[in-house]
Amino acid sequence: MINRAPNYLLYLNVLVIATCGLIYELLAGTLASYLLGDSVTQFSLVIGVYLSALGIGSWLSRYVDTGVARTFIEIEIAIALVGGLSAPILFIAFAQIAWFRILLFGMVLLIGILVGLELPLLMRILKENLDFRELVARVLTFDYIGALMASLLFPILLVPHLGLVRTSLLFGLLNAAVGIWGTSLLRPLLSQRSVTGLRTRGFIVVGILVVGFIKADSLTSLSEEVILQKPIVFTQHSPFQRIVVTKDKENFQLYLNGNLQFNSRDEYRYHEALVHPAISSRDQVHDVLVLGGGDGLAVREVLRYPSVKTVTLVDLDPAMTSLAEKFPPLKELNQDSLNDERVTVINQDAFVWATEQQKTFDVAIIDFPDPSSYSVGKLYTTRFFQMLQKVLNDDAVITVQCTSPLVAPQSYWCILNTLSASGFLVQPYQTSVPTFGVWGFAYARYTGTDVSDTRPWQSRRALPDGLRYLDQSTMQTLFQMPADIAPVDVKINRLNDQVLVRYYEQEWGS
Amino acid sequence: MSSAQGNETLKQPTRRTWIKWLGTTPLAMLVGCSGKPSAAFSGELLQPDLSVGHRIRDGWKLPQPTGAPSKHAVVIVGGGIAGLSAAWELQRQGIQDVVILEMESTAGGTSRSGKWEASQFPWAAHYVPVPMSFNRDLLELFQEMNIVTDVSADGQVTVAEEHLCREPEERVFHQGRWLEGLYPASIQEIHSTDRQQLEQFQLQMNQWAQRRDEQGRRAFAIPMQLGTDSDPEVIQLDQISMAQWMTDQGYDSEALRWLVDYGCRDDYGLTLEQTSAWAGVFYFASRLSGQANSIAEMESQPVMTWPQGNGKIVQHLSQRFAKQIRTEHAVTKITKQPNGQSMRVTAYDKARDRMVELIADDVVFAAPQFLASRLIDQWQQAGRDATTFQYGGWVVANLLLKARPSESKEDGLAALMAWDNVICHSDSLGYVNASHQSGADHGPTVITWYHPLLKDDPKLSRQTLLQMTWDDWAAIVLADLSRAHPEIETLIQRMDIMRWGHAMIQPRVGFMFGKQRQQAAESLGRIHFAHSDLSGIALMEEAFARGVAAARKCGAS
Ligand SMILES: Cc1cc2nc3c(=O)[nH]c(=O)nc-3n(C[C@H](O)[C@H](O)[C@H](O)COP(=O)(O)OP(=O)(O)OC[C@H]3O[C@@H](n4cnc5c(N)ncnc54)[C@H](O)[C@@H]3O)c2cc1C
Repeated sequence: MINRAPNYLLYLNVLVIATCGLIYELLAGTLASYLLGDSVTQFSLVIGVYLSALGIGSWLSRYVDTGVARTFIEIEIAIALVGGLSAPILFIAFAQIAWFRILLFGMVLLIGILVGLELPLLMRILKENLDFRELVARVLTFDYIGALMASLLFPILLVPHLGLVRTSLLFGLLNAAVGIWGTSLLRPLLSQRSVTGLRTRGFIVVGILVVGFIKADSLTSLSEEVILQKPIVFTQHSPFQRIVVTKDKENFQLYLNGNLQFNSRDEYRYHEALVHPAISSRDQVHDVLVLGGGDGLAVREVLRYPSVKTVTLVDLDPAMTSLAEKFPPLKELNQDSLNDERVTVINQDAFVWATEQQKTFDVAIIDFPDPSSYSVGKLYTTRFFQMLQKVLNDDAVITVQCTSPLVAPQSYWCILNTLSASGFLVQPYQTSVPTFGVWGFAYARYTGTDVSDTRPWQSRRALPDGLRYLDQSTMQTLFQMPADIAPVDVKINRLNDQVLVRYYEQEWGS
Repeated sequence: MSSAQGNETLKQPTRRTWIKWLGTTPLAMLVGCSGKPSAAFSGELLQPDLSVGHRIRDGWKLPQPTGAPSKHAVVIVGGGIAGLSAAWELQRQGIQDVVILEMESTAGGTSRSGKWEASQFPWAAHYVPVPMSFNRDLLELFQEMNIVTDVSADGQVTVAEEHLCREPEERVFHQGRWLEGLYPASIQEIHSTDRQQLEQFQLQMNQWAQRRDEQGRRAFAIPMQLGTDSDPEVIQLDQISMAQWMTDQGYDSEALRWLVDYGCRDDYGLTLEQTSAWAGVFYFASRLSGQANSIAEMESQPVMTWPQGNGKIVQHLSQRFAKQIRTEHAVTKITKQPNGQSMRVTAYDKARDRMVELIADDVVFAAPQFLASRLIDQWQQAGRDATTFQYGGWVVANLLLKARPSESKEDGLAALMAWDNVICHSDSLGYVNASHQSGADHGPTVITWYHPLLKDDPKLSRQTLLQMTWDDWAAIVLADLSRAHPEIETLIQRMDIMRWGHAMIQPRVGFMFGKQRQQAAESLGRIHFAHSDLSGIALMEEAFARGVAAARKCGAS
């Protein structure tokens, strides 16, 4: 019935269909292993579900009696929609729904069934023109070539250059194009009405996918992926910030508003240096306050001390703390610290929180982002540090992350001077974190009414088990400041001028 | 922690705002979504209580007073900052038997404030610059409020950090971008003649700040009564407009003229052309210590502000005088008692719909001058006239936002909402963020939008003000704010709009050193006048100083 000429075009069709099908499967498998961790399990589950869904699809094809060509194109358009949107939907859903796995496997099942329906239907269409032996040989050959292309393209070209979300949308578009093109290839087998209907639907799907493509920028922007040079495995635009997680071979990295927060490879150096000099310098530590640090990594270090009874974490962004509670790789890295029963998570601006707070603490760990804007800069002002004193017990100890003293000496010393001006007894210390370089901290004691007490930092207890970087003697060396990190003359950071933000902009700005 | 470390830094691509907020909507909801959000907010159209005033003006027959009059040492007419400050000073002098009559349901006048769950907010006045050390009375009030913590022997005034306006203090929207500060050009782009004129202007203002008359008084002081009234060069400034003065001085930089025009509109509700050059210079010079040796050192007095604006001061004072304040009491008549020794004040008690009478040894008249002729019996006989007292109309809108407008990374440090957010080349003055001072930078807030009516004849301005409906004003507010925040409509949950008819006295050309203003401040027998309009400039410090001065005249005989 159909012309002989376009036969090879129909095989091209098979090729595209096969490539798309496998791409969706690979996408689902990759996303599942990125997001849920444990790639062996995730991949084998996805493959298993997908293959069995193909079987279900093939079996279902026997129930298609009439209008085979129309049904074929209908399915093509459906795959375009579901498959094309699969990665973006899963991407968004991961951060928002609890039944993510059900959605994931539901989608794999649905795509599998639809793809499974395709080939049997196509073979039935083609059987009019070819003898069976020839047909099976050719269709399956193209099917396997498509699979090969997909498995080569996916890791080499698609993931590194397009990212998961765009790959998914792109193949959705390809699928839709095949569907629309099919309406002319199979024109003789279709009624005028169904051609119009199919094309309309086809173009609507194309429209949706194009909108998705434009919008994909807000999920993972192309430039982001290019600059980070690592696959983005998670993004979220919370009302407060943009959260991006990337992954390379063994490690993953967290970015907030484009600034690297940590690399799982060496974050332990930073977090051990942030937490242990504080807690180990005090005899009794029951109540610990962690400000910022929504990734739960500082809390992980705090929880190593059995004497700690409560940990209060104040972080602005619920999206960040819920990521730390739920995102498998992060949850693993922070040892599920935020779900520990000693921990209370409060999502509030620490500045506002401090004005309303009643409870008092023995130790405060301050892990705010660098003062790159006024909304963060206010958390390094004399006003804030004085409000902080109201929630500290006498002789409380705090440590503060203070950006890099090597890159930003004015910013660093501005924070230290501001702490002194606020009534703390302050000591500088530093460590090096390969990903960041030399990093600076402040150790500060709030002596309360006893101004004669000027004892310097001293370790007063054993370090807990499980540390990878610090021992007693290394900890001593943190307090030895090399000559290239000597104090510089800077102003104090007050709420009404926020000089720190300007120092920081000068020193880190491009 | 976070670092902007070289190769790890991620530059945000240029995005149009709509894409950005689409970013928070799940994909599926987008498809087929139309661009136009529904105006799903409402609000109230408010105004000061005019019921009694207009009825008296229109010849209303008042009911007869019932009951015997009560007797007091001092009756204060009007519970604005001036009236409340008079009570404060009387208390310092040990005069206890004081009553404040206020026609509105709360005290405060143009310094009053409102409160929604997201924040308190001002209805008009919203800041005070830190007083200089010579403004001793006001410093005492602020010390009592724990705002000023110390005044050193050498004149250093220390203010508790939380009361000083926190950075970012102000930003200006110019040519599609927010810039830090108020000057409508970024430092890199500023044209050399613009820069030269700006510096020249600053130097000149500093010279005015340094200038002293033969009695050692500043040329421009706050309160203005402490400044010179004899230096001819200073007085002559009042004879020309600020626009004229700038032209005479060769200031033709468009950016500079905009900045000064903005200052005049902001403090006086007048354009550059309408403002007396004395007031124009006062705006800048009165806030400079004059001690700076270079432009770099030259800084205006820092600004103190609170979520509720100057409502903070009203709250403090009205709490203290809670027992003495009688709200919903509109004074209708002030006459001399037949014995000539005391005064009779008649007031309409709105809540009970009756007239009350009070007999007082002294009366502090802390309502505006334009009411004096209607309320005070002997006023016209005494040959007084207040025709040059002109008052501007203002519209103030308070908007409840469910979230902050989106920020553009390209605006750098100016991306964050500042305390004062000015839209360049707009009729409005922009908006002030009420929750700024509480330290909240995210989530719901209230913003206060200011718009002076600038017609040459303030009566016409008032007509416009009263003719327009809530919808008219809401549309104007929206159109104005949308220039800087295209999505603002989707964030607004409520918009209340206040129409101030006689909002503030206007220092037009010739008014400051005209005869009427001088005469108005003199007591009329036992009536002592106290309102910011006596100073010709509507500032908290002026209202306060006038209140204190009037109180000191009480009990003199
Ligand atoms: C939009 C706007 C913004 C402003 N911003 C600032 C600012 O940021 N900083 C600043 O310092 N100043 C500002 N001002 C100026 C402000 O007016 C003064 O700071 C100060 O509040 C004036 O106080 P007042 O007591 O002199 O007058 P008013 O506030 O006018 O007080 C007069 C009082 O008398 C009452 N009254 C009138 N008639 C009668 C009657 N017959 N019987 C009984 N009571 C009566 C009124 O109800 C009122 O309460 C602003 C003004 C406006 C309008």
